[in-house]
Amino acid sequence: MEHTVFRPYSESDALRSDRSATDRLRHRQKVREAIRGNIADIIAEESIIGQSRDKIIKVPIRGIREYRFVFGDSEPGVGTGNGDTEPGQIVGEAGSGEGGPGSPGNRPGVDYYETDITLEELVDIMFEDLELPNMERKKLREIAADSARKRKGFRRVGVRAHLDKKRTAMSRLRRKFATRNPAESPTEPARFPFHRDDLQYRRMVSDVRLQSNAVVLCIMDTSGSMDTMKKYLARSFFFLLYQFVRTRYNNVEVVFIAHDTRAREVSEGEFFSKGESGGTMISSGYRKALEIVQARYHPSLWNVYAFHCSDGDNWPHDNAATLASARELCEVCNLFGYGEIKPLNSGSYGDSLLELFDEVDAENFHALMIENKEDIWPSFRSLLTRDRAAAAAD
Amino acid sequence: MMNSWSLDDLRNWDARIRDKVSEFGISCFPQEFEVCDHEQMLGYMAYHGMPAHYPHWSFGKSYEKLKTLYDYGVSGLPYEMVINANPALAYLMRDNSLCLQVLTIAHVYGHNDFFRNNFMFRDTRPELILSQFKMRADRVRSYVEHPAIGLQAVEETLDAAHALSLQCRRHTAIRKLTPEEQRARAEEAAAPAPDPYERIHRPVEHRTPDLNRLPLEPEEDLLLFIAEHNPYLSEWQRDLLQIVHEEAQYFIPQMETKIMNEGWASYWHHRIMNSLDLPEDLHLEFLVHHNQVIRPHPGGLNPYYIGFRVWHDIERRYDGDSGAGLEKLFEVRETDRDVSFLRRFLTPELMREMDLFEYAKKGEHLVVSKVSDEESWQDVKNTLLRGIGMNAVPVMRIVDADHDHSRTLYVRHEHDGRDLEPDSMEKTLRYLYRLWGRSVLLETEVQGKHAVFHCDEDGVGRHSD
Repeated sequence: MEHTVFRPYSESDALRSDRSATDRLRHRQKVREAIRGNIADIIAEESIIGQSRDKIIKVPIRGIREYRFVFGDSEPGVGTGNGDTEPGQIVGEAGSGEGGPGSPGNRPGVDYYETDITLEELVDIMFEDLELPNMERKKLREIAADSARKRKGFRRVGVRAHLDKKRTAMSRLRRKFATRNPAESPTEPARFPFHRDDLQYRRMVSDVRLQSNAVVLCIMDTSGSMDTMKKYLARSFFFLLYQFVRTRYNNVEVVFIAHDTRAREVSEGEFFSKGESGGTMISSGYRKALEIVQARYHPSLWNVYAFHCSDGDNWPHDNAATLASARELCEVCNLFGYGEIKPLNSGSYGDSLLELFDEVDAENFHALMIENKEDIWPSFRSLLTRDRAAAAAD
Repeated sequence: MMNSWSLDDLRNWDARIRDKVSEFGISCFPQEFEVCDHEQMLGYMAYHGMPAHYPHWSFGKSYEKLKTLYDYGVSGLPYEMVINANPALAYLMRDNSLCLQVLTIAHVYGHNDFFRNNFMFRDTRPELILSQFKMRADRVRSYVEHPAIGLQAVEETLDAAHALSLQCRRHTAIRKLTPEEQRARAEEAAAPAPDPYERIHRPVEHRTPDLNRLPLEPEEDLLLFIAEHNPYLSEWQRDLLQIVHEEAQYFIPQMETKIMNEGWASYWHHRIMNSLDLPEDLHLEFLVHHNQVIRPHPGGLNPYYIGFRVWHDIERRYDGDSGAGLEKLFEVRETDRDVSFLRRFLTPELMREMDLFEYAKKGEHLVVSKVSDEESWQDVKNTLLRGIGMNAVPVMRIVDADHDHSRTLYVRHEHDGRDLEPDSMEKTLRYLYRLWGRSVLLETEVQGKHAVFHCDEDGVGRHSD
């Protein structure tokens, strides 16, 4: 037998040898395609507004399993026991794959039907689906990274990186002169080291900018039937608005107001779940919004963005009140939008409130109609042109 | 534990192990070890251990799966991985302790000997295998990068080919007849038997066999047949089919000898380690790892456990007075594969000792149907043999490539009492249709009834007969 060869571990080889990288990427692409195929279902069911970007979401995937000719799972198998196995004993659950012959290659493993994906990726896929232009996508994805810290004076303690050397040296000299002993001979200067009291650190404080607070009021009519497509359209619209506001302000809060004939403040999960009542009084939602603004988000400290989604039905006797409260809302909001969501195939072309809202002539108000997902981005763009703050900045 | 050993330690132990190896009469290919970290190990596992392998997303998927299982501690990594090549190539994990490395080295020599001597591996051409894999990888990459082909097209062909790769001849030791030989055999079969009284008998009517029939004999190598007989495939597609086919052929011997092979390597690492006069602490650690490896998996089948027990049982029974046990072991490791190995040497007594039982699905649960007692050990054993290696893959044969004179492919599932799983059958039929390019018919049985499924551009359906 020839000599055995031992090849040592080499770090650089290990770093270079991520051989599966391309195939993993391709696999992820395929997962992505599969997810994109049913993004509307996923977004309609997931809470995405105001969540951490790293939040992991479990999504079902189809279409990337590998298939072969195999036998059905009703066939008997053989296993080893503990020595006292009796006929009739239960040894496992069907379908869990456990208890089955364990050696790989014998039987195709149970394939994953679900995969984990971060919110970041999911939002990317949603942007793709809504056909957002690339430049805008980037803007919406990047949370404005203004460092909210600024320098404010000096202090004696701090981290090394903030040490101000020049000031430290100066304060040592100052101390040296202040403590000079006149009896000492000037020809033999004694050593005079730095003392802890000499150290000067730059002080950083977090910058509280009051003007950089914003609140997004999501108002939605939950009386009608919220099917998957409507949920998807509404949720992605609210999400876009929220992301947009986040790029401009450091501190953004979201409030969800659901209303039928009465309005309630709810969580995102509840917000997108189906309401039970039949009637609709839109003014109740606007009143609630005004209340919340007065109580918690005073317009002198907060930039208020409000958006209302509805399918256009309202009790006729409520129309006057609605108009009045909409005007009031325009007063306190930077931007107030109304979106009528009517998917093309929903067949519910009943009343429309668009005509009613024609009477609101405030500059920062915009009413629009969303019929399919291609409408979302253009409508969103036209909404933003009415932003009062943006107009002032330009 | 990290770096508690150096390469020189390994070399010293290796020299001692090799002394034992030649003393026991194990005959190996030259051996090479490569030290790697756990991520490299995951990479090797995803690509069947091969240093070079063609790319496909399914390997990325299997990497992710292995990594998830490993990261969450569901499954550990194997201590070792050996490739049937000449010289044999094995990987050692950098972060394992010295004791594990020594154990692994001893184990690897067992596999090495098995690869070199077992009859299943005769035609795997281990001298060339690594460069063959490299060449195939280069070819597939060149197709991916070719502007007229591209990733999408290559993937479509590979997806379909992977689905059918195990539909091939499983008895690699039996030579496949060439078309000429098949023709000669058909003519011979059609010719009348020699008759000494032919002068007084009425001449038997001579029926000329239909030699234009394709295939002449039912064909099991689905991918090869399609590559040869579908005129509408491009050259690169034929090449891809052949690549996938050859790779499956290379791995079939390993699937067919899993239990023997792991048992053999475990038998030898056990024997070698015990003969090395290990210091006490190493010896204790060795026993812990050894018992971990060959422990039974309740409810499942651990090939290390079964193999280890059967090899020891053979040695015990043949040792007798003559001490011919070892000789018998070497003979069996050369001439058997898992199915014959278990059929010949798994005794009812051993089955009872290991408490082998048969289970079946009953509603939500898996319920024990038979145990290895006097009455039914034979049934349990038959069920065991049916689920091992390639016996777990349905046998498909192409019967007619020009069915109804419309170039329809007629495939027969050789039904052995086990029905096909309907969902995967449908999906795999679509792949078969994609490669053949014309309608495909599949004959099988569903719940005891004859059934024919067809697949064409409208999808899969069942023939009403």
